[in-house]
Amino acid sequence: MEFFKIRRTIPFMRYSLILNAISAISFLIAVGFLIFRGLNLSIEFTGGTVMEVAYKEAAQLEQIRGAVEQQASGEFQVQNFGTSRDVLIRLPLRQGFTSGQQAERVMETLRAQNPNVELRRVEFVGPQVGAELAQDGLLALLMVVIGIMVYLAFRFEWKFAVAAIVANLHDVILVVGMFSIFGWEFSLPVLAAVLAVLGYSVNESVIIFDRVREHFKKMRRATVIEVIDSAITATISRTIITHGCTLAMALSMLFFGGPALHYFALALTIGILFGIYSSVFVAAAIAMYLGIKREDLVKPVKREDDQQVVP
Amino acid sequence: MNRYALWKYIGIVIALILGAIYTLPNFYGESPAVQVSSGRQTVRIDTALMSRVETILKDAQIPNAGVFFDTIGPNSTVRVRFADTDTQLTAKDTIQRALDPNPEEPAYVVALNLISNTPSWLVGVRALPMYLGLDLRGGVHFLLQVDMRAAVDKRLDTLTSDIRTQLREKSIRHSGINKTPASIEIRFRDQEMRARAQDLLRTQVGELALRETGQGEDLALVAALTPAAQREIQDSALRQNISTLHNRVNELGVAEPVIQQQGADRIVVQLPGVQDVARAKTLLGRTATLEIRLVDQDAMAAGTSGAVSVPERTAGGGIRQVPLKREVIATGNQLNGASATLDENQQPATAVRMDEAGGRAMRAATRENIGRLMAIVLYEKGKGEAISVATIQSELGNNWRITGRFTIQETTDLALLIRSGSLAAPMEIIEERTIGPSLGAENIDRGFKSTLYGFAAIALFMIVYYRVFGLISVAALTVNLMLLIALLSLLQATLTLPGIAAIALTLGMAIDANVLINERVREELRGGRTPQQAIYDGYDKAFATIFDSNITTLIAGLALLTFGSGPVRGFAVVHVLGILTSIFSAVYVSRAMVNLYYGTRKKLPAISIGQVWKPGAATPVGAK
Repeated sequence: MEFFKIRRTIPFMRYSLILNAISAISFLIAVGFLIFRGLNLSIEFTGGTVMEVAYKEAAQLEQIRGAVEQQASGEFQVQNFGTSRDVLIRLPLRQGFTSGQQAERVMETLRAQNPNVELRRVEFVGPQVGAELAQDGLLALLMVVIGIMVYLAFRFEWKFAVAAIVANLHDVILVVGMFSIFGWEFSLPVLAAVLAVLGYSVNESVIIFDRVREHFKKMRRATVIEVIDSAITATISRTIITHGCTLAMALSMLFFGGPALHYFALALTIGILFGIYSSVFVAAAIAMYLGIKREDLVKPVKREDDQQVVP
Repeated sequence: MNRYALWKYIGIVIALILGAIYTLPNFYGESPAVQVSSGRQTVRIDTALMSRVETILKDAQIPNAGVFFDTIGPNSTVRVRFADTDTQLTAKDTIQRALDPNPEEPAYVVALNLISNTPSWLVGVRALPMYLGLDLRGGVHFLLQVDMRAAVDKRLDTLTSDIRTQLREKSIRHSGINKTPASIEIRFRDQEMRARAQDLLRTQVGELALRETGQGEDLALVAALTPAAQREIQDSALRQNISTLHNRVNELGVAEPVIQQQGADRIVVQLPGVQDVARAKTLLGRTATLEIRLVDQDAMAAGTSGAVSVPERTAGGGIRQVPLKREVIATGNQLNGASATLDENQQPATAVRMDEAGGRAMRAATRENIGRLMAIVLYEKGKGEAISVATIQSELGNNWRITGRFTIQETTDLALLIRSGSLAAPMEIIEERTIGPSLGAENIDRGFKSTLYGFAAIALFMIVYYRVFGLISVAALTVNLMLLIALLSLLQATLTLPGIAAIALTLGMAIDANVLINERVREELRGGRTPQQAIYDGYDKAFATIFDSNITTLIAGLALLTFGSGPVRGFAVVHVLGILTSIFSAVYVSRAMVNLYYGTRKKLPAISIGQVWKPGAATPVGAK
């Protein structure tokens, strides 16, 4: 079986300008949403309490809301979680109350309403922990970016390092932007997924750059654009098959992983889809705009001048 | 050309065997057990207890599946395995009744537990199953922040009263001792007294750095804690709190609690399998400290509040204010324990045990105050409450009792309250996670299923698309999974739901290496190489790419590992290990299989790698 019966080099770079314009626009939209709307951060970052309760029959959300209202101050959320019997309750931090007290009071009220309620999970995060986590998360992102850039600059050339990082930060911003646009909950596992996607997409760009280098060596007369096009064409089958396989795993988690893995898997799925696009159209194109040359990658072969002429 | 040296095959086979051995324990599962551990420092667990437990079970005719004696670190335990949870529950009650006839003062802690069914030959080579995280087995997780400022402040308090006593004993006149937030200020009227005080304090109190200030009639000595002393206070506060937490957790009878320091001032407590969350929380969350002070009876008679005044709950249910003297005789630090007991007249009483320093302080303070009132004050969240106000009947030392018209329940409660006050510094729960046991089981199931289905989808595709090479890729991926689990088990890593997700993701990414190789081999065939040459070149050329691309993923993983916390770390550990195992299995193990299958043939007309499509006379793909 062969899916990719490619007869000639596909001129990917011909479309790069229009696609990159679209990328730039969607990037700006994502940044705009992130600035003006922000993320729906989970309590791991903001501090607060989350309770998951399960009922034997479909839960009466209005009743539960009433019960929680008696105990909580400020903004709280009551919503179904996975099934109609499971309910997720989010409570904001409340001054003067310790972790457990709030959850316990809510539980007491709920039990009074319906004795068939089971407490499945409570999570409480104090304000100082949340701030630290956010800081550590950003630091981790920064270290990943620096580490990868240094490695690529050392292994290839700075233009490739810049191109790969720009292309993949573009992925990260778009994934995080989606979370902002749709108001999906951004939690620690999602952050882990985003960072994993960053590493994974760079991996993608590296494979294409590797081919670009190889083809620069082989195709001595070709133009830069021809070399990039042929490198992408030669790797496109592997790009799609690999991503397809990873995507199968991510989708399997999305469908069978239950609510606990939902947003994690969602971030991975979106990240992998953007990863294919960005490594094909964005990373190489940026390297092209930055003006990569054959000499950047292929070191001129030194002539062996062992022979000397001595008078 | 496609042959491996014998040592390479041997190396790979050894890796596979080791991988299989260390993966194996994860498949045996766990069976219900009862664990007996020491309830008191003085009670030792030994093999005699083991036979005693055996006899108890035999007498009660409860069948068991083995009794084990283990020593992990300083703690020994006796564990008994049972066939099912019903037997386990009856056995627990039976053993508890037999070993602890007086439940108020348990000598042993009897707890429900699970033990792995791993056969002993595997345990012998330290092949143990992975430890399941709380999100998979259910339980409670707390992160406690120790208030270090309060610990230092408390130490300054004690030092202030020490200095006061010492100056009095040596008849050094001063005109007042004040505690400021970070230091103690002692004022003097003349140089001579100050010099004498300085000499005395320099020799007696090493923790303080002394500095002279003031002039003329208004002289002072400012004593501040040295940085070393401050560090020491913080360290010991943390240690003391951890050991207090250990005692409290022991009261809960949790089988495998985790109580660890995290960072400079935090403590993690994990109680797997705990069902009674509310009780655990009240016991652990009690952020109390304890002080013993004399009651200011003059102020009491005059009806004023004295130096400090704290409320006391009276027997009638009312609340009265108890004025206290400034000096603190002893604090919760110096407390060794408290328990309910009976006095000479067989009346319920509460016994209090203190350490040497505490005993000395009690002796000195009570000697001169027989017949006066002494109060035990429990501070919770900065508010004090007198939990006992009693008349000093005689000089007290390290061990003393509080008697009165108490019921057994009251003495037990008082003992619990006193014990709960032996924290060196107040703590606050800053993070809490409770996962019900059913949710834990569901999480395991979901994590397992999503990995399985994803793996199946990839395997199916690879075999259909790449035929024999696909089969080899899937075998390599299976080896990867096995090695990853073996490595995690060997490191005794804690498996969490994000960890399972990382395993799934790592598998999804690891197949990349095989796809790269297979595509490269096809490409070489398309370019007209002989099959053997194509295999050789395909692997050779793919390797550099696989290496480069995995390094970048590794960088991301390491950053996550360094800066991540909690669930992210669990994810990162698996991710990083998975990258390492995937390079090994995708490149070397799959190559070994290819070499074995194809490399030995002299004539190889074709290899089974799916359709190698050639674009006819058109320009070939890529470069020539």
